[in-house]
Amino acid sequence: MIVNIIFALILVLAIAFFYRNVSIIAKNIKLGKSVDISDNKSQRWKTMFLVAIGQSKMIKRPIAGILHIFVYVGFIIVNFEMLEILIDGITGSHRVLSFIPYYNYLVSIFEIFALAVISACLIFLFRRNIVRVKRFHNPEMTSWPRLDGNIILITEILLMSAFFSMNTADSILQIRGEEHFVYTGSFLLSSFLIPLFEGFSSNTLMFVERFGWWFHILGVFAFLNYIPYSKHFHVFLAFPNVYYTKLKARTYISNMDSVTNEVKIAMGIINESEAGGEDEVGTFGAKDVKDLSWKNLMDAYTCTECGRCTAVCPANLTGKKLSPRKIIMDTRDRLEEYGKGIRKEGEKFDDKKTLINDYISHEEIWACTTCNACTLECPVNIDHVSIILELRRYIFMEESAAPSAINSMSTNIENNGAPWQYSAADRYAWADELYINE
Amino acid sequence: MSNKRLIKVPVVSELASENKQAEYLFWVGSAGSYDDRAKKITRAFVKILEHCKVSYAILGTDETDSGDVAKRAGNEFVFQMQAMQNIEIMNSFEIKKIITCDPHDYNVIKNEYSDLGGNYEVYHHTEFIDKLIKEGRLKLNTETFKGKKITYHDPCYLGRGNQVYEEPRFVLKQISNDFVEMERNRERALCCGAGGAQMFKEAEAGNQEVYELRTQDALATKADYIATACPFCMTMMMDGIKMKDKQDDVKVLDIAELIAMSENL
Ligand code: SF4
Ligand code: SF4
Repeated sequence: MIVNIIFALILVLAIAFFYRNVSIIAKNIKLGKSVDISDNKSQRWKTMFLVAIGQSKMIKRPIAGILHIFVYVGFIIVNFEMLEILIDGITGSHRVLSFIPYYNYLVSIFEIFALAVISACLIFLFRRNIVRVKRFHNPEMTSWPRLDGNIILITEILLMSAFFSMNTADSILQIRGEEHFVYTGSFLLSSFLIPLFEGFSSNTLMFVERFGWWFHILGVFAFLNYIPYSKHFHVFLAFPNVYYTKLKARTYISNMDSVTNEVKIAMGIINESEAGGEDEVGTFGAKDVKDLSWKNLMDAYTCTECGRCTAVCPANLTGKKLSPRKIIMDTRDRLEEYGKGIRKEGEKFDDKKTLINDYISHEEIWACTTCNACTLECPVNIDHVSIILELRRYIFMEESAAPSAINSMSTNIENNGAPWQYSAADRYAWADELYINE
Repeated sequence: MSNKRLIKVPVVSELASENKQAEYLFWVGSAGSYDDRAKKITRAFVKILEHCKVSYAILGTDETDSGDVAKRAGNEFVFQMQAMQNIEIMNSFEIKKIITCDPHDYNVIKNEYSDLGGNYEVYHHTEFIDKLIKEGRLKLNTETFKGKKITYHDPCYLGRGNQVYEEPRFVLKQISNDFVEMERNRERALCCGAGGAQMFKEAEAGNQEVYELRTQDALATKADYIATACPFCMTMMMDGIKMKDKQDDVKVLDIAELIAMSENL
């Protein structure tokens, strides 16, 4: 049948377009520096189960956390329904899975979750737009991120509503014994909607049913292809991103191997030939997205823009410009721009812009206390501090542009072995005249 | 009767020249060595070590800055130079166990030195005091702070960084029957504002100092004592108390100082 061919075509197109967008994101992430994160697989799986699948960090803010679980579980469950829709669409069957025993109970469960999704999304919309929860209205939440959040919520509500109207119309047609509409038994929630639709003729109802069906499936295809442009991409990346979380102490900052060699040479521990000249020492730290690691870049694409990080940041809480969420959003925006340029013009691409200065200012970079409140709070284990530190490394070691007080601190360490101007010989002066009562 | 005794702090190199070795290295750190307020913490902790007859020694002039602040400021060169010097010295004296009062140095030595060849068993002094109490080596006097309210500020590098939340609380609850938590505590504790090299520069423009906000948290508990466990937190909380003009109502003391006071060491 012609509709089935059209359906199959749309399906192929939707998948192809999605594949294209996802591979662009994958390519962008691969623009980052390579780091090896292949250790400790069992610990990584555990973390992923707990934090990504188990949402352990979301529920620390119970209201948003539980509502989010509704949407998250709801979406996964309702997607089983998608399987049936796909088969029906391609083969022209109708409710092909209705032979399954207790099929109507299954659909009823989907309906319960669909209702949970709708309710949660309505509350989320209310919190964002009416209550105006502060973390959704910081300066980096410009019109696009705010609109993005609302588009996602409204789309989810519409998709789920289509599911209900389709089921209601279908139920009535089943009762009327219309051909094609196999009797499945009633569906728990949509059966309450029957009185609303009962007055319609079977033809109208068939239209409503088909409309709901097509709206639902086309909506899903459209949404699928919207996701790569949106913060909603976390639905895919949250899992790998949490898998690749830093497993060391939260305040651990990696040692730069490129520096280790140079320091060993300077200290006479090894000589230059032992150090092996083959590794080209690149830039120290990061000036632009390509200098960050692929994990930093994956972080950027995983961010849900929830603002939990910024809401606990001591710098942000005291009115400083630094917002850890903005650091992550800027990294993503710059990466999109940079990746586009690279794909167009190749390696020679240079738009005279960099992540530092054009996106993230020195003022923000130097305000961080490395307290890690942000990384602890982030529900998808994004590591803001690692990016901030790479930017500082660039400013300090490549540009020598650290604040002057920081420079003197560092010079003091080099010269006297302490961040202040005290003599190394006095390191021990505190122990003079120390008495104990016995 | 109390008897005043002059402490001669043992130095690793001097012990080595007599072919002796202490069980623990007490890593003093730059703040504990030079900062006037932090030196008092160092002295209080040494008294506890002496009181409990712990076998310890310091590096003295062989110790140099851990490099932590340089690293957090982005100067990896200076950090690694410092780290490698310290590791070289410590390994040459075959140091195995380290205690320190500085959560920043604790973090850096415990977590970051190991990549560079320094592997040690590292204790923060609050963990060590907890251990002394639990091993029965330190019996605490519950009279000194009776009826006094004590609250505790979690240093980021100790708490969130290294999951040391319970030991400091356990220790404080031994000397106080009125321990109160601040609203934001443990993993949700607010930073004092000093970490990540902030201690050494002016804060960026904003509407408040971080330490002021954290001091408000502490003052809201109506505690008589704010306990800290980090020399930098100490500076910040003292500044906050001064800013709020509360020096007469609230005292900021390190856990080591509180313990030394309770025992009248
Ligand atoms: S680590 Fe830096 S960015 Fe993150 S919460 Fe602390 S001060 Fe803010
Ligand atoms: S970085 Fe994490 S906590 Fe911050 S907005 Fe993004 S997802 Fe939320």
